[in-house]
Amino acid sequence: AGKKVGLLDVDLCGPSIPRMFNVHQQDIHQCSEGWLPVFVDKEQKLALMSIGFLVENEQDAIIWRGPKKTAMIKQFLKDVVWRDLDYLIIDTPPGTTDEHISAIENLKAYNPDGAILVTTPQAVSVGDVKREITFCRKTHIPVIGLIENMSGFVCPNCTECTNVFSKGGGQALAKEYHVPFLGCIPLDPELSKSCDEGKDFVEHYEGSPTLQAIQKVVDRLVKIDRDLP
Amino acid sequence: QIGVLDVDICGPSLPKIFGVEGEQVHQSGSGWSPVYVDDNLSLMSVGFLLSKADEAVIWRGPKKNGMIKQFLRDVDWGEIDYLLIDTPPGTSDEHLSIAQYLKESDVDGAIVITTPQEVALLDVRKEITFCRKVDLPIIGVVENMSSFVCPKCKVSTQIFPASTGGGQKMAEDMNVPFLGSLPLDPRIGKCCDEGKSFLTEVPDSPATQAYKQIMSKIVEYCTKRNENRESDSGEMKTN
Repeated sequence: AGKKVGLLDVDLCGPSIPRMFNVHQQDIHQCSEGWLPVFVDKEQKLALMSIGFLVENEQDAIIWRGPKKTAMIKQFLKDVVWRDLDYLIIDTPPGTTDEHISAIENLKAYNPDGAILVTTPQAVSVGDVKREITFCRKTHIPVIGLIENMSGFVCPNCTECTNVFSKGGGQALAKEYHVPFLGCIPLDPELSKSCDEGKDFVEHYEGSPTLQAIQKVVDRLVKIDRDLP
Repeated sequence: QIGVLDVDICGPSLPKIFGVEGEQVHQSGSGWSPVYVDDNLSLMSVGFLLSKADEAVIWRGPKKNGMIKQFLRDVDWGEIDYLLIDTPPGTSDEHLSIAQYLKESDVDGAIVITTPQEVALLDVRKEITFCRKVDLPIIGVVENMSSFVCPKCKVSTQIFPASTGGGQKMAEDMNVPFLGSLPLDPRIGKCCDEGKSFLTEVPDSPATQAYKQIMSKIVEYCTKRNENRESDSGEMKTN
């Protein structure tokens, strides 16, 4: 709590971050040092940058091939005036392609702490995320840890838990590849709704098991960060 | 006869989903042979070309485009009735390449898949814009993961609430056909993981019925388009 966080959205074709924070109507402003990120809060503790802010109409598609995406990501990392941050988080789309390669290339000089990998429990997803682990190993990016998202759903009517997308795949993957397992996050329709409405899930859903699971993951991440050299 | 081409170069999941992970692609005089899942169903994926299950395909756009071109040019599909191309999300290299390389082939159209929440619709509206920009007809929108029926108490919940009207409203707003909704049945994911056909394994699921209804709409669209194509060429011949 109380940390200054920057969040860079490099999903250029599907920039959802502005909407999730209810700042999608805002514009980017320039200053003499470069582009100013959009602050989500009055205290300016959470700053966002996304191509979503540069697009006029939400229906407009960013139909770009790799080189153009690479250039945009380079610009985001070079020209945004993040100022003093405790954490800079870069949200990438799935894959091991232009966005990921560019992000790593441009960040290498700054010795990034590492990657947080997110999977859903089923084997088909785990198969893709295995390749993400390989990508991190090949590009010498440490794997901070792995999260198993959408891990179980508790019926609001009878509280029976169903493993909608199977269970345990993420945990088993972390064990197989010797990466820290950060936790399982169950499904909560209120989280989906909050993202849609740009509502603060943390503020409004204190009792949610999903929030408690997310909090545990964050606590583990903060501890890992404290233990880093 | 159906051919399926997996152009998710970085995340080639179709071999696992079709139960043919680990199979090899063979080359012959007529080109690359796809892997046959069944007598009438063949599949090509970069997954078949990787030596290890966790091998990462760390390629930038141009290399992905080269692979897609090769897939479209060199795979010997034989006589097929449908060629389905499965793309990853986005509006980038894979999508542009498919649209450009198949420009002369009179592609029937795109089936656009979304989930109900606005955050997903945000992305999918852009997919529809992309189709329009590259003159790709849109067969329709499918809403996946629509609702979940608890196996214990049978009450239905929307795990991903359609806070802004879901796929159906989006399709209406963007003036494209809505093909249907697929409920979230945990057995679908299980079958994909095990490489089994959900339609065969769980024939009585509401999801199976939904799949079949959507498929028949797609077949109807393609059949009509084919008939129009044939009658057009018939008219030209008479003239």
